[in-house]
Amino acid sequence: MIEVMGLTKYYGSLAAIRDVNFNVSAGEIVGFLGPNGAGKTTTMRILTCFAPATSGSVRISGIDVGEDSMAVRRSIGYLPENVPLYNWMRVRNYLEFVTRAKGVASSDRVKEIDRVSSVVGIEDVQTKLIRWLSKGYKQRLGLAQALIGDPPIIILDEPTIGLDPKQIREIRNLIKGFALNKTVILSSHILPEVSQVCSRVIIINKGVIVAEDTPENLISGSGRASRVQVTLRAPEHESKTLISGINGVSTVKTLTPLREGMLTLTVESEWGKDIRPELARSIVAKDWDLLDLRSIDVSLEDVFIDLVTEESTDVLTKENLMDREVA
Amino acid sequence: MNGLLAIFKKEMANFFVSPIAYTVIGCFLIIAGFFFWANVSLLSLISLQAANDPSIASRINLTDVVIHPLVQNMSIILLFLLPLLTMRLFSEERKTGTIELLLTYPVNDFGIVFGKFMAAVVILLIMIGCTLSFAFIMLTLGSFDIGVFISSYLGLILMGSSFIAMGVFISSMTENQIVAAAISFGTALMFWVISWTSSFTGQTLGAIIHQVSIIERLDSFLKGVITLSDVTYFVFFTALFLFLSFRSIETQRWRG
Repeated sequence: MIEVMGLTKYYGSLAAIRDVNFNVSAGEIVGFLGPNGAGKTTTMRILTCFAPATSGSVRISGIDVGEDSMAVRRSIGYLPENVPLYNWMRVRNYLEFVTRAKGVASSDRVKEIDRVSSVVGIEDVQTKLIRWLSKGYKQRLGLAQALIGDPPIIILDEPTIGLDPKQIREIRNLIKGFALNKTVILSSHILPEVSQVCSRVIIINKGVIVAEDTPENLISGSGRASRVQVTLRAPEHESKTLISGINGVSTVKTLTPLREGMLTLTVESEWGKDIRPELARSIVAKDWDLLDLRSIDVSLEDVFIDLVTEESTDVLTKENLMDREVA
Repeated sequence: MNGLLAIFKKEMANFFVSPIAYTVIGCFLIIAGFFFWANVSLLSLISLQAANDPSIASRINLTDVVIHPLVQNMSIILLFLLPLLTMRLFSEERKTGTIELLLTYPVNDFGIVFGKFMAAVVILLIMIGCTLSFAFIMLTLGSFDIGVFISSYLGLILMGSSFIAMGVFISSMTENQIVAAAISFGTALMFWVISWTSSFTGQTLGAIIHQVSIIERLDSFLKGVITLSDVTYFVFFTALFLFLSFRSIETQRWRG
C-alpha cells in the first residue's frame, strides 16, 4: 500500500531524514515513534504530498507521489500535528468545505458529512463555531476532515497530543474503530498508546529508522530480561544466595536493604521464563515470610529509550573521534 | 474546478462572516459618496455662475465635472483599501497552519490561488457595483457620456484586479498580515506615482516609466479610450502576479 524507498529530505544543509525505507501493507496500523525533531512530521509531510523529498521515492497504492500527486492526495486523509482548522467557521460549514475541496459529488455531500460526524461523534456540535469547541472536539473534527471522502489511507500526526487522559482514550478508541478497513500511520511519543493501537512500530531517531517490528517483538528482542520484584522477611545474604540458585535466574539485586525485617530484591531471569512459582515455593520452604511478589513488565518505553539513547551515544562517539582527528 | 469553487466559497464566507467585507465596502462607499456629493455640489455652483456667463455654460458637463474626478478619486480609495482585502488571503492560512491541510487536499495550486483571487475580485465588483447608483442619480440631473462612464468603470475594475493579484502574491510570501498589507500598499503606490519621475529621468527611462505607470494607463480609460495595449497591460499585470503567487506556493512546498 505504501512503499517508501531511500527517502531523504534536506532543509538547507540539515538532513531532516536520511535514507528512510519502510513498507506498509493494506489494513495495517503502523506507529511512528521518535523523539521530537526525529523526522516524523517531515516523513508524513512527504507522504501526504505537502512537501517533496530531496531524494528517494514514495509509492502509494502503486502511484508515485511525485508523478500523480492529485491521485495520491485523493487516497489520503491527513491530520497535521497542531490540528489546523478555520476557527471562524461553523463545524457543518467546515465539513461542507472539506467535502467540496475533496471532490465529493454534490449529491453525496450531506450523507458523507453525516456519516463522518457519527463516526467521530460530533453530531451535537454541528452548528457551533469551531473557535468555541473544546480541544477534544477540535481533535475529533480534525479526524472527521481526514475521514471525509473515505480515503483508504489515514495519516495522523500526534493525534492525541495535548489531550487529557479521558480524551486520549476516546480518540484511541475512535482510531481503533475506523481503522478496521483502513491503512493507518500515526506518530506519537506516547508509547502505551502506540503499543495499544498499532500492529507495527517504526522507531525513528535523528532522521534514521532505528527499529521496526511489532511492539511484542521489539520488547522481547531488546535483550532485556524478565524482572520480578520480591519483598520478604529474611536475612539479606542468605536469601540472595538462595534465589540465585533458582534455575533461570541471572542476577539478584537489592532494591531496598533490610529495614524493620523487610527486604526488597529485584530478580532478573532470562526472557519469557516465569520464575515466580519456584521463587515462592523456595521462600516458603525456608519458612520465611513472603510479603509481595510481582512481575515488572519491560515496556516499549524502555526499548524506545534504549534505542534512542544507544543511537545518540554512537553519534556522540563518532563526533568525538572526528574532533580528536581534527585536533 | 470543484476545489477552486470550494476555496472561492470559503473565502467569500470569510469576508462576510468577519467584518472585513462590511468595513471595506462601507468605507469605500462613504468616501466615494462624499466625493460624488462634493462634485455634484460643485457642478450646481458652476451652473449658477454659468447662468450669467454663457461662455462657461458650453463647457459644463457631468462627464468632466463629476464622473472624471469621481472615478479618479475612487481609484485612489481602492489603492488604500484593496491591500486590506488581500492581506489575509494567504498570510492567515500560513500563520494558522491551515495551508498544510489545504495543500494536501486534491486541489491544484492554481485552483487555490485563483479561488482566493476571484473572491477578492467579487468584493471589488460589489464595491464598484454599488456606485452605479451614482449613475442613476446623474441621469436625473442631466445627460452624460455613457461611453466614457463605461470605459472609466472598466479601467477601475481592471486596475483593481491588478492590485488584488499583486496583493495575493504578497500575502503568499509572508505569514504576517500587516507586513502583507504594508508591502501591497507600498508597491501599488509606487506603480501609481512612478510616472511623476518621467519628466526628469532620461528619454529612454522616461519612456519605460511611462509604459509601466498605472496612472497613465488608467487615464486613457477615464478619457473614454479603450486601447488594446492598456487592456493588455492590466491583464498581463494580473496574470503575472497570479503566476508568481502560484510559484510562491510551490516554493513553500519545497521549504516544507
